[in-house]
Amino acid sequence: MHKIVYKKELAPKTVMLKVEAPWIARKIQPGQFIIVRLDEHGERIPLSISGWDAEAGTLRLIVVGVGYTSNKMIALNEGDSILDVVGPLGRHTHLPEGGAAVMIGGGYGTGAIIPSALEQRKAGRRVVGIVGARTKELVLLEDDLRAACADVFVTTDDGSYGRKGLVTDALKDIIDNEDVGAVLAVGPVPMMRAVSELTKPHNIPTMVSLNAIMVDGTGMCGACRVTVGGKIRFACYDGPDFDGHLVDYKELTMRQRTYLKQEAKAMEVFNRESAGRTATP
Amino acid sequence: MEAKDLTPRQRMQIPRQSMPEQKPEIRRTNFNEVPLGYDEQTAITEADRCIKCKVPHCIDGCPVNIDIPGFLELITRGEFAAAARKIKETNVLPAVCGRVCPQENQCEAVCVVGKKYKPVAIGRLERFVADYERTHNLVVDPVKPKQTGCKIAVVGSGPAGLTVASEMARRGHQVVVYEALHQPGGVLFYGIPRFRLPGDVIKSELEYLKKMGVEIHVNTVIGKLATPAELMKDMGFDAVFLGTGAGLPRFPNVPGQNFNGIYSANEYLTRLNLMRADRFPEAITPLHCGKRVAVFGAGNTAMDGARTSIRMGPESVTVYYRRTREEAPARTEELEHAIQEGVKFEWLTAPLEFYGDDNFFVKGARLQRMKLGEPDESGRRRPVPMEGSEFDIEVDTVVFALGFGVNPLILEAAPDLKTNRWGIVEADKETGMTSIDGVFAGGDIITGGATVILAMGQAKIAARGMHNWLINKKGLDMPRELPPESATHAKSKTAKV
Ligand SMILES: Cc1cc2nc3c(=O)[nH]c(=O)nc-3n(C[C@H](O)[C@H](O)[C@H](O)COP(=O)(O)OP(=O)(O)OC[C@H]3O[C@@H](n4cnc5c(N)ncnc54)[C@H](O)[C@@H]3O)c2cc1C
Ligand SMILES: Cc1cc2nc3c(=O)[nH]c(=O)nc-3n(C[C@H](O)[C@H](O)[C@H](O)COP(=O)(O)OP(=O)(O)OC[C@H]3O[C@@H](n4cnc5c(N)ncnc54)[C@H](O)[C@@H]3O)c2cc1C
Ligand code: FES
Repeated sequence: MHKIVYKKELAPKTVMLKVEAPWIARKIQPGQFIIVRLDEHGERIPLSISGWDAEAGTLRLIVVGVGYTSNKMIALNEGDSILDVVGPLGRHTHLPEGGAAVMIGGGYGTGAIIPSALEQRKAGRRVVGIVGARTKELVLLEDDLRAACADVFVTTDDGSYGRKGLVTDALKDIIDNEDVGAVLAVGPVPMMRAVSELTKPHNIPTMVSLNAIMVDGTGMCGACRVTVGGKIRFACYDGPDFDGHLVDYKELTMRQRTYLKQEAKAMEVFNRESAGRTATP
Repeated sequence: MEAKDLTPRQRMQIPRQSMPEQKPEIRRTNFNEVPLGYDEQTAITEADRCIKCKVPHCIDGCPVNIDIPGFLELITRGEFAAAARKIKETNVLPAVCGRVCPQENQCEAVCVVGKKYKPVAIGRLERFVADYERTHNLVVDPVKPKQTGCKIAVVGSGPAGLTVASEMARRGHQVVVYEALHQPGGVLFYGIPRFRLPGDVIKSELEYLKKMGVEIHVNTVIGKLATPAELMKDMGFDAVFLGTGAGLPRFPNVPGQNFNGIYSANEYLTRLNLMRADRFPEAITPLHCGKRVAVFGAGNTAMDGARTSIRMGPESVTVYYRRTREEAPARTEELEHAIQEGVKFEWLTAPLEFYGDDNFFVKGARLQRMKLGEPDESGRRRPVPMEGSEFDIEVDTVVFALGFGVNPLILEAAPDLKTNRWGIVEADKETGMTSIDGVFAGGDIITGGATVILAMGQAKIAARGMHNWLINKKGLDMPRELPPESATHAKSKTAKV
């Protein structure tokens, strides 16, 4: 059992949790992820790490409620426990040296890029952050990112905060103005794809963190297989970071939609269960 | 006449006792165990068929050399729990092995009664006594032996890991097992379906291990949390056993193999057996099982994929295999069970391409007929494609059961570990030690996908090797252990999965 020792709401349906997992907290490296299973009947879902405290033995997670399990997870409170936490899984993010590193996050991805940003900065590199969101209240972790980056640009689709537009608009300007040696993008697939399309003609090495559907997370099942450079790779084992210029994004997007029907049914169950919970105080 | 007065000839003439099973039309709608087991009288009658050969070949036929005539004799006397304990002297998982071992290639293949009649049903009797002991609560708690002070880490909790754990605990060493998944048992739990091996059988074996003082830590991926070297250097383990299996699924490398609804058998079975997708949404992990299921391969894994699919209620389940039934590596019993349950078979057929619909779900496949050519390295005749024999099928769920490689995760974390060119770990045949001093290995990680009992046999060798190694290293005041006489001439054939 892994106790939740801290919870903070960051935005609607988005929370930051700190969870006890001492061994993982001693070993995890930027870019690696964990898999959690909330309870006996639970699904195993992968989550990135937005930070950790090796001394306190905790991991910091950003969870966005999108379906059954994530919604159940954001409803947990301080003092509650998670049955299974396994990790660290996947590989340490590797970015080629030279020039500035641009870190781009969308949704929970903003949390996921922070450890890499800190690491690059510590290595003496100029790090620029870009956060994108639909609207102001969904901009996550701006302060954390500012603490890790020399500069941070915020974009919102509706212009309610920062620059109106997409992360790629901000990235374009940065590329025009300085020597960018590497880009890391973590977030929704369309965002990672757009970033990769933008950097490709400039030959800027671009890593993206692929959120394929996973089960075991150790390379045993192949659920997470993605096509990169025409070859099958397992996102959990070979990734989750891959060369953004080589990823078959269409396949990834379609594979993420495998269980839409079952997910809708699971949400019905969730709604019934949570109605039950509020009805019987 | 009393059974004990029977002549060998009379014994042989007793017909092999059949074991009742759930009827195919019923069992294909549930996940309950298919064979129902012997009752006491049937078990005694079956055990009476043993003619007590002077040189019991069956013992040699068993990869772990169970004293088969010994336990059969106890059954004939009605001492069922004692019979179970007799087996446990050499095999810690009799309830498992009685169910999943390919006895037809091992002990029963060399049974002398079988030369003229049908062999004694050793497997069914093994299962019977183990179940009897468990369900009658006759399992005696283990006595904790004098502790040696040595601490060993076992990586992986499949049959190999669990066997080493029990063998080492029995010798007085402190054992910690690390398992990557949230449930111990390895393939026994996530691969082999419940209708062949009920979950509580494994769980009770695990309970027993815990009573021996073995600690089992789940959710612990060795290689990521600690390398084998770190286990010894930083975490105080004196020796390490690697029993991580051969969990790496193979894909056929044909166009369209990533459409939705196409699974490796590992994923398909894990979703069902470990995550209980059959109970969705009560258990919340989903699975896509459509109307027409195609399973590729013909090993035990393929049969499990096919038979599990049948239970999800599709219109049809078909197994496609590029060779013929003769070459099919699955146990005969599995093939027969599959046929009884309505699984169809297309021999000499291989996939060329899969087609998808607008939503990226598989909707069809192009297949090709094969014929058998010259024998390959494995001695089996190589399938060769027949020109112009391509044809299309409609299908909406595909399961690949094309064999396994060794998961490279642990190998990456131990670069000094010597492997052959297929990534299979090399271990000394007599001691089980790998190329790294103090690191031992056994099970599928040293053979590629094989069988439960072979994994256990190798685990026993490694446990003995490790024990002797510890005696030297730590100067323990204990006698070195020699391999049992008969182990040296075990010559069983083995089934591939
Ligand atoms: C490497 C990686 C890191 C991730 N990091 C985070 C994170 O830090 N914070 C966060 O909120 N989310 C993260 N995700 C996404 C998160 O795993 C999914 O949102 C979650 O699994 C959804 O489950 P659900 O039951 O709530 O929703 P569902 O309704 O079941 O699914 C919603 C969508 O999530 C995806 N999904 C569903 N099941 C899985 C699964 N088992 N594995 C992967 N994706 C799945 C599918 O695309 C699906 O359409 C990450 C995913 C990956 C692969
Ligand atoms: C579907 C299926 C059906 C089968 N049917 C039969 C049958 O009927 N009869 C028969 O005799 N054999 C059968 N087999 C084969 C048999 O199950 C295997 O040969 C046997 O389980 C091998 O045992 P093992 O202990 O070496 O490995 P496994 O059973 O594979 O166990 C390895 C364990 O190690 C864990 N692990 C892996 N990597 C790590 C890591 N880095 N850190 C920690 N833990 C790790 C895994 O999660 C797993 O639990 C079948 C196999 C399959 C897949
Ligand atoms: S999640 Fe199973 S192999 Fe990646």
